[in-house]
Amino acid sequence: MAKQHKAVALISGGLDSLLAVRVLQEQGIEVEGINFYTGFCVEGHTHAIRNHDKEKKKRNNALWAAEQLGIKLHIVDVIEEYKDVLLNPKHGYGANMNPCLDCKVFMVSKAVEWVKENHKDGFDFIITGEVIGQRPMSQRKQTMPIIAKESGADDILLRPLCAKNLPATKPELEGWVDREKLYDFSGRNRKPQMALAKEFGFTDYASPAGGCCFLTDKNYSAKLVDLWKGRGSREYEMDDIMLLKVGRHLRPKPEFKLIIARDAGESKFLQGYRKQFITIQSLSHNGPLTLVDGDINSTDFELVAGIVARYGQGRDAQQVEVEVSVPNEQAQTFQIKPLTTEEVLEEWHV
Amino acid sequence: MSEHNLDARRMLCPMPVIKTQNKVNELAVGDILHVVCTDPGVLSDIPAWARINGHEVISHQENEDEITITVRVGS
Repeated sequence: MAKQHKAVALISGGLDSLLAVRVLQEQGIEVEGINFYTGFCVEGHTHAIRNHDKEKKKRNNALWAAEQLGIKLHIVDVIEEYKDVLLNPKHGYGANMNPCLDCKVFMVSKAVEWVKENHKDGFDFIITGEVIGQRPMSQRKQTMPIIAKESGADDILLRPLCAKNLPATKPELEGWVDREKLYDFSGRNRKPQMALAKEFGFTDYASPAGGCCFLTDKNYSAKLVDLWKGRGSREYEMDDIMLLKVGRHLRPKPEFKLIIARDAGESKFLQGYRKQFITIQSLSHNGPLTLVDGDINSTDFELVAGIVARYGQGRDAQQVEVEVSVPNEQAQTFQIKPLTTEEVLEEWHV
Repeated sequence: MSEHNLDARRMLCPMPVIKTQNKVNELAVGDILHVVCTDPGVLSDIPAWARINGHEVISHQENEDEITITVRVGS
């Protein structure tokens, strides 16, 4: 009996990876999915936090795609390993802090490791939903061989949606996969993918603008750069990258910034950080919970109390009572006049 | 069959799913895992993960701040 060859697919949860898997399933190839969590993946975190997003139906697109395809999905935490990709990208950054090409090389290399570990179970090759010309940095004709080479995947990396535009890979040459039944998609036009989705009966699929990574977002990238500048080092922990997704960020002094909740949902989320950060909150009026990230001198407490009062319901009051709590110390209260809109300087906003 | 607990509070999805997956990989078929979470996203994500990977969510309990999802490990 001929050996049953199996593939592992990089699943982002978007349409392209969904189609790439289905194309191979149509050829009788058994596929399992793998999804890498870098910490920067857009996974509806703000839905989980913000009040006004609570009613939106939330789903993890990678899990949803796997369920549509009837495949297993392995979600892998690569947060620590990914730091080196973000901090030292060999191929540089895209328009923002997105190291897309290095990221793709990294993820395919992790898939290569997975195939080696699971070769005994019949896994021989890797598939991705890449399409030549789809993304300006990582999905270009010149970058396709770079990804295959630098990841160590070489000829076991198959891109079913654009395979006909590329040299034949091992699964095609060995006859595991029929090259004639693969595709030759290219460019940013999504119509061929949408037509194929229709053919396969997929009507509800994710197609997030800017991809599935916060690092492609201009505002998020600006906050990340500000964080590194404020600390004087390009380091981060998981809590840092979560907090960049939450609240209004103001840096009134180079040494510290304020993370001011924008609604009750964010205030509740920030409550979980009270033991780690100095927190500020209005006592006399409803207002946002605020974290102080960085080194603040107690002589600046009145300044930050006035800023935080500006964002609460006492913004027009003559005086607001504001509490500043330092972990493991007695809280201090200040009777303060909220800053005016003009006094909260534009350049403080990150 | 044995019962186990996992604390995934203050984690945002997909971390509770990853922690559940990794814990389940250490357990035997039929074992029970209680996962305590705070992100309401787990109400859709952990059952979806369980369905596609052959496990079973046998109950979930919600109070104001916490959600406990109980999973029976499949084969």
